[in-house]
Amino acid sequence: MYSSVTNTKKEYIMAFKKILNLKTLSSAFAAMLLFATSTVMAQDTTATNFPGADDAAKSAMWTTVGYYALIVVLVGIIIGIVGKILRVYDLTLQIQGKKTINWSNVMGIIFIIFLVAGIYGALWSFFVQGNMLLPISASLHGVKTDNMFNITFGITVVVFFLTQIALFGFSFYYRNRGKRKAYFYPHNNTIEKIWTIIPAIVLTVLVITGFFTWKEITNTTEVKGDINIDITGHQFAWELRYPGKDGKLGSKKYTLVSGTNKLGIDFKDKNSLDDLAADTLVLPVNRSIRINIFAQDVIHSVYMPHFRAQLNAVPGLPTYMKFTPTILTTDMREKTGNPKFEYLLYCNKICGGGHYNMQKVVRVVSDSEYADWLSKQKPYLTDGVKKELKMAVNTQPAAQGQNRLALNN
Amino acid sequence: MSTVTVHAHEVDKHGHGHDEHHHHDTFITKYVFSQDHKMIAKQFLITGIIMAVIAMLLSVLFRIQLAYPEKSFPLLETLLGRFAPEGKISPDFYLSLVTIHGTIMVFFVLTAGLSGTFSNLLIPLQVGARDMASPFLNMLSYWFFFLACVIMLSSFFVQKGPASGGWTIYPPLSALPKAMPGSGEGMTLWLISMVLFVASSLMGGINYVSTVLNMRTKGMDLWKMPLTIWAFFLTAVLGVLSFPVLVAGVVLLIFDRSFGTSFYLSDIVIAGKVMPYEGGSPILFQHLFWFLGHPEVYIVIMPAFGISSEIISTNSRKPIFGYHAMVYSLIGIAVLSFIVWGHHMFVTGMNPFLGGVFMITTLIIAVPSAVKTFNYLATLWRGNLRFTPGMLFAIGLVSFFISGGLTGIFLGNAALDINLHDTYFVVAHFHLVMGSAAIFGMLAGVYHWFPKMFGRLMDERLGYLHFWLTFAGAYLVFFPMHFMGLDGVPRRYYAFTEFESMKQWLSVNTFITWAAIMSAVAQLLFLFNFFYSIFFGKKTTQNPWQSNTLEWTTPVEHLHGNWPGEIPTVYRWPYDYSKPGAEEDFIPQTVPFSQTMSSNLPHDFEDNEAGLEAYDKWQKENKAIEAN
Repeated sequence: MYSSVTNTKKEYIMAFKKILNLKTLSSAFAAMLLFATSTVMAQDTTATNFPGADDAAKSAMWTTVGYYALIVVLVGIIIGIVGKILRVYDLTLQIQGKKTINWSNVMGIIFIIFLVAGIYGALWSFFVQGNMLLPISASLHGVKTDNMFNITFGITVVVFFLTQIALFGFSFYYRNRGKRKAYFYPHNNTIEKIWTIIPAIVLTVLVITGFFTWKEITNTTEVKGDINIDITGHQFAWELRYPGKDGKLGSKKYTLVSGTNKLGIDFKDKNSLDDLAADTLVLPVNRSIRINIFAQDVIHSVYMPHFRAQLNAVPGLPTYMKFTPTILTTDMREKTGNPKFEYLLYCNKICGGGHYNMQKVVRVVSDSEYADWLSKQKPYLTDGVKKELKMAVNTQPAAQGQNRLALNN
Repeated sequence: MSTVTVHAHEVDKHGHGHDEHHHHDTFITKYVFSQDHKMIAKQFLITGIIMAVIAMLLSVLFRIQLAYPEKSFPLLETLLGRFAPEGKISPDFYLSLVTIHGTIMVFFVLTAGLSGTFSNLLIPLQVGARDMASPFLNMLSYWFFFLACVIMLSSFFVQKGPASGGWTIYPPLSALPKAMPGSGEGMTLWLISMVLFVASSLMGGINYVSTVLNMRTKGMDLWKMPLTIWAFFLTAVLGVLSFPVLVAGVVLLIFDRSFGTSFYLSDIVIAGKVMPYEGGSPILFQHLFWFLGHPEVYIVIMPAFGISSEIISTNSRKPIFGYHAMVYSLIGIAVLSFIVWGHHMFVTGMNPFLGGVFMITTLIIAVPSAVKTFNYLATLWRGNLRFTPGMLFAIGLVSFFISGGLTGIFLGNAALDINLHDTYFVVAHFHLVMGSAAIFGMLAGVYHWFPKMFGRLMDERLGYLHFWLTFAGAYLVFFPMHFMGLDGVPRRYYAFTEFESMKQWLSVNTFITWAAIMSAVAQLLFLFNFFYSIFFGKKTTQNPWQSNTLEWTTPVEHLHGNWPGEIPTVYRWPYDYSKPGAEEDFIPQTVPFSQTMSSNLPHDFEDNEAGLEAYDKWQKENKAIEAN
C-alpha cells in the first residue's frame, strides 16, 4: 500500500521534471523571438539604405507580416504555457490528494455562459441590425410577402430560442457529475408522434399560406392598362424600353443587334417606331406595371428589394413580372428620413467582373409627373438608325402586315 | 460470396504466417497505393484537411477584400501577382476565390473529405468486414480524388485564373470564354476535375453500398447497424443516383464550350457580336445541376448526422432516442431530397406552378429534420454527458443545425425566396447548415475516431479551446449575415462601396472578417493537435470511449483484415448504454444476451421466441430465488 503511494508520487515528480524542461523550451523561444526581431530590424535598416520607395514599401510589408506572424507564435506560446501551468496545478492538486480540475463542470459552465451571451447577442442583433433592414414594402404584393415573413419569423424565433435553451441547458444540467447513471430511455412512441405531428401541422400552415401568397404574386394575367416596360440586361448594364404613344412595345430579335441598334429592335414592326429609351426606371404610383425581362449575354437577375420583386433575366428565355408600386419616392424619403433615398434595381445573379455595380435608379412618381417625364424621353428610332435602315416615312405602311404576327410578348 | 473468400484467405494467412510474397508491404503498397480501407480513410482525411485549409485561406482573402474594399495590401500583390494588381484583389479574381472556395468546400472537403474518410474507416469496422467489397476500386477512388484535387488547384496557375462563375457554374457565363476570364482554361480544368471527382465518388459510393449490403458480420441485421452506417449507406445511395446527372450536365457543357453545340445557349450577343447559338436553354443546366446539387447538400449533412448520433449517444451514456425514427427520418430525407431541387430555382423564370410544388416538397423535408433535432435533445435529456472534444463538436452541430435549419424554412417558401434569393441570407443559411454543422460533424468524427485511426489520443484541452473558439467564431461570422440579406445585400458582390444603401454594412463586414480571421487562426490549434498527436499523442486503450460498436473490438495496432481471429458475431443493437441491471454503463454489440440476464428486457427479444422463452424462464427462476 505504502509503496504504491510513493510510486505515484515519483510519477508526479517525473512529470514535474518534464515540465521544468519547459524552461529550456521557453528560452529557446525567447532566442527565436530575439532573432526574429533582429532580422526585422535588419530589414528596416537595409530599407533605409536604399532610396527606392518600392523597396522600402516591400520591407515595411514584410515587417508587418513578421509582426503578425510573431503575434500568432506568441499567442501559441502563451497557450502552451497556460496549458503547462494548468497541468502543474492539476498535478499539485493530485499530490495533495485534492480533487483535480473538473473539466466537465468547466465545460458545463461555459455552455451556460455561451447560452446567456448568445441570447443577448441574438437579441442585440434583432434590435440593432434588425433596424437596418429594408423599409416597408413599396409594392402591393410586398405587403403580403412581409406578412408571410413575419409569421415565419414569429414561429421560428420561438423554436430557435426554446431548442437552443434546451440544448445548452441539458448540456449544463446533465453533465457528468461522477456518480449518476444515465436514464435508459430508448424510445417513446407517443412523444415521437407528437413531435412529428406538431412540426408537420405548423409547416402545413406555412406551406398553405406560402403557396397562396406565391400564387397571388405570380398569377400575372394580363390586364388592360398594364404598363409594359422592357428591361434588357447585358454585361454590365440594364437597358430600358418604354412604349410610346401607342402603349405597345414592338418586337425584337437578337440577330438584329448592331452598333446602333443595341437591343435588336425590329423596326419593321410598327409598334417599335415610337418606343422610347430611358435612363431611369420611372414608374407611376398605384399602376400595375409589367416588366418584360431579357438578357443578351449571360444570366442576370432583376432585383428590386424595396418592391420585394426579383426575377432572373435569362438569354433565350424572356420572362416577365408584374407589381404595383404604392409609395412615391418622395414619400419614402420622408418615411426613411433619408433625403437621398432612391429605390434601386440591381443585378443579383453572378454575371462577371462588373456584377457588383449593375444598378439602375427606380423612381415612383405621380401619374402626371410620369406623363410629363415620358414625353421627354427619346425614341430608339434615331436619325442614325433611320439612315442605316434606309427607312423613309413611306415604308411604314408596308410593315403593317407583319404587325399582327409580332406579338407584344 | 466475397465475404467467404476474404475470410478463408485471412484464416490461411494466419495459419501460415507472412510467407506469401504479396503480403509484404512496401512503403508504396502501405502508404501510397494502399488497398487497406483504414489507410485510404487516412489518405482521404489528410487530403481533405489540406484542401479545407486552402479553401479557408481563400475565404480569408475575399473576406479581406469585403472588409477593406478601398485599401491596398502590398502583400497580396506579392502573393497573388497579376490577380491582385497594386495590392487589391481584382474583381475577376474575387469571383474566382468565391468559386473555388465553394467548390473545394462542398465537393472536396464535405463530400470526399467527410464521406471518404468516415465511410471508409467505419463501414468495414462497424459492420464487421475485413475490408471493402472491392479494395482495389477503393484505392482508385482515392487516387481519382487526388488527381481531381491537383487539377482543381492547378487552375490557379493558368494565365486567366481559375473558374469564376460561382460553384454552380451556370451557363452561359461558364460556357462563354468571352464572358469572363475564368471561363477560359480555368473552367476547362474545373470541368475535368469534376468529372474525375464524380468518378471517384461513384467508385467509393458503389463500394460503400455493396459492403453494407453484403458484408455484414453474423448477427448484424440492418436494424442492428449503428446510425453512422445507416447515414453512410443512404449517403452513398444518394451519391450513386445523383452524381451521374451532374456528369451529364457537365458533359453537355463541355460540348457547348468546345464543340459548338447549343444545349444551354440561345439568343446570345456578347461584346456586340451575335453568336450562332440557337434553341438551347440555360435553365436546363440548372435543372441538371440541382438534381445533383440538392441531394448533394444531404450528402454533406447526413454523414455528419450519423457521426453525431453515434458520438452523442456514446458520450451521453444513453441510447440514441428513437433509433427507428432516426433511421426513418434519414430515409425520408434521402427520398425527399430528390424532389426538392426546384427550390433553388424559384426566381429563374421557371413555371410558377412548379415553384409551388417544389415549395411543398421542400417544407415537408423539414419534418424529418425536426424529428432528428428533437431526438438529439431527448438523447441529451437525463444523460450523463461526458464532454470529450468529439461530444462538444457534436453538440455544436445540433446548435448550428437548428439555426441553419430554421432559416431554411424562410428560403424554402417561394414567396419569401423572391426577396431573399441570392442574398447574404442564403449565404448565412447554408454556411450554418453545411459550412458549420457539417464541418463540426467532421471535426467531431476526427476527435472521436482519431484513436482508431492513429492509435493515439488527441489532446483534450486543446480540443476544448479549439471548439469554443470555432463555435463562437462561426456564429459571429454567419449570424450578422442574415440581416445583410434581409436588407437586400446580394452575395458574390466584389465591393459594397458602389451602393450608398449598402455602406451601412461596411462596419459589419469588417467585424465579420475579423471574426473569420480569428476562427481561421483557431484552426491552427486543431492542425497542431492533429499532426502532433499522430506522432506524440498519448497511446490509446482499445476502447477509449467505452463504446458499444464493433470498431472498438479491433486491436489498437492496425492489421489488414481488422480482426486477428474470427470476425466477432453481433447479438444486440449498438446503443445499450446505461441499461438498468447491467454492471457497467455499456454493453458492446458482441456480448450475447445470455451473458447479461440481469439487464435483459422483453423488448430485446421482439423477433426471437427462443430468447423470449429463456428470458421468461430466467425471470421466473429469479423471482423464485428472491421469494426464498
